[in-house]
Amino acid sequence: MNNTMQNTKVLKTPDEIAKRQGLWIGIVCLVALYAVLFALDNFMKPSKTTLMLIPVLKKGAIYSLLCVSMNLLNGFTGLFSLGQAGFMLIGAYAYSIFSIPAEQHASVYQYFDGGAIQFSIPQIFSNALGVNAGSFLGAIVCIIIAGLVAAVFAALIGIPVLRLKSDYLAIATLGFAEIIRAIFQWNGLGRITNGSNLLRKYTAFSDMKIQIGEISYKIGTIFPFLIAMICIIIIILLINSSYGRAFKAIRDDEVAAEAMGINLFKHKMLAFVISSFFAGVGGALLAMFQTTVQASAFMSAMTYEILLIVVIGGIGSVSGSCIAAFLYIACSEWWLRFLDSGSVGNVQVSFFRDGFRKVVFSVVIMIIVLFFSRGIMGNKELSFSGLIRKINKRKAAKLAAAEAGGTAK
Amino acid sequence: MSDAILKINDLKVNYGGIEAVKGISFDVPEGEIITLIGANGAGKSSTLRAIAGLVKPAGGSIVFNGEDLTGKDPTTIVTRGITLVPEGRKIFPDLTVLENLKIGAYLRNDDLEEDLKWVYDLFPRLKERSWQEGGTLSGGEQQMLAVGRALMSRPKVIMMDEPSLGLAPIVVRGIFDIIKEINKQGVTVLLIEQNANMALKTAHSGYVLETGRITMSGPGAELLTNEQVKAAYLGA
Repeated sequence: MNNTMQNTKVLKTPDEIAKRQGLWIGIVCLVALYAVLFALDNFMKPSKTTLMLIPVLKKGAIYSLLCVSMNLLNGFTGLFSLGQAGFMLIGAYAYSIFSIPAEQHASVYQYFDGGAIQFSIPQIFSNALGVNAGSFLGAIVCIIIAGLVAAVFAALIGIPVLRLKSDYLAIATLGFAEIIRAIFQWNGLGRITNGSNLLRKYTAFSDMKIQIGEISYKIGTIFPFLIAMICIIIIILLINSSYGRAFKAIRDDEVAAEAMGINLFKHKMLAFVISSFFAGVGGALLAMFQTTVQASAFMSAMTYEILLIVVIGGIGSVSGSCIAAFLYIACSEWWLRFLDSGSVGNVQVSFFRDGFRKVVFSVVIMIIVLFFSRGIMGNKELSFSGLIRKINKRKAAKLAAAEAGGTAK
Repeated sequence: MSDAILKINDLKVNYGGIEAVKGISFDVPEGEIITLIGANGAGKSSTLRAIAGLVKPAGGSIVFNGEDLTGKDPTTIVTRGITLVPEGRKIFPDLTVLENLKIGAYLRNDDLEEDLKWVYDLFPRLKERSWQEGGTLSGGEQQMLAVGRALMSRPKVIMMDEPSLGLAPIVVRGIFDIIKEINKQGVTVLLIEQNANMALKTAHSGYVLETGRITMSGPGAELLTNEQVKAAYLGA
């Protein structure tokens, strides 16, 4: 083992070694993370204090994806778009419409004669592969459909909207999201969208199980992590490709990018469609998390929430978005809950009542924005290989200092 | 001249109702340095922007290597071999020097190693700073980067919009030395400048633009001694 390490060191530059080591540490950490999630899902007895842990983890993973997809557009391509909630809505609806079990259509679409779509993709897979594998694959197929539908909408909207710049683009995309929300609640489309009524009983995280021997294990928390991770890795690969470089060039200076021969409209469209695809995927995951979907919930406040997380994490930083997403969700859903409960420990505090959590939360956010004006990460990335490189540099500096000290003596 | 690589014929550029370029014609012979000089608002930048495809010309024609490129998009024009170094440098401040250079070669799919080496040989300073963000470079270094970035597309004609803008005289001299060096290596240069003295000394021939029209033309050395040019642009 030691020997092979020596050999690779001879062949490769320190940077490459750091990169490889970082990759391995990352993989080990991920495996550990999934093991912990599996254990939490199956063996944890939720107490009063840890009751919120699993929902926060699930929602954090989903929001990480949503924030990274928004960051791809706002942070890396410099397109200030506020249509996120609209694309999430499309994704959530596309997912749930195709995964409601056939026999449940009558009760879900009770005001619309059982609806127009009479099949369920997870059921089709279940019939062929068994319930567990079927729900898993069916859900994944539905999630991909959700992303594709959102992407098609984005392509159509993008043709007129992407000719606009900065604030005007933001207003147009915001308007689009609001229009979509209204259209999906329209009774005329009720046979598909169920009008303003809930969509429910579709495949959710709780249906995600694997059978090992006799016992079936829950993988309801691993599932969103897995999907979000795959999507975020794809986005990272895209950002580091030559397309990603072109996106960043457009963000930095449109005129110069155009003078270098980059087709502005084509690349903006590409970023917009890809970002919307992943927003659709995120919407589908959110639908699975919530177990019910209603168009009226996808308000522009949802977009602002995601934008806020992107800003807190750092515009142009993928790892910043992920870290901020988990922190934000944990704060808003869990850690600050006690502020609404009316007491700290056994002490009654009169102004600790419903809504006070939001007051404190707003103050915390203001403080973060004031003191970290570029967000937690700025536009830097957190990576293991970066850490190793830093440690190596420090070691080298120490060695050099020691040597200098030695010769001086 | 029959060996002109780029022929501009009766080019007109309008912005709204304003005619910025009112029908100019000139030839750029292969392997030479041609300069357009003139005051602010003479239409120099508009001419370059029209050739680069950033604005659509209102009339006239742009013929490159026998192919009509009038009104084509920038992607096509860069692919054919005309690249613009925009006014005010316009490097990408948040990308590293290396990434900036790679963007210059965005439309090419072949190996970049040789061209990177070429650019780094021309500008050793850029090699030292290849991991630094573009925005952290000094003005002169940014101009080097802008020129290097344009060269990465392996242009036959490189167009430079006021490369001396806002740079110290000694840095300007360095930039003009580089322009001559690039030209020696076979790249045709179309240069527009307000610094008429340096431009005319460097160029094989020059054109004087006034309010959208060419008023004078001739070899660089000849224009340099012309009384009218002296009075208007050389401050003598």
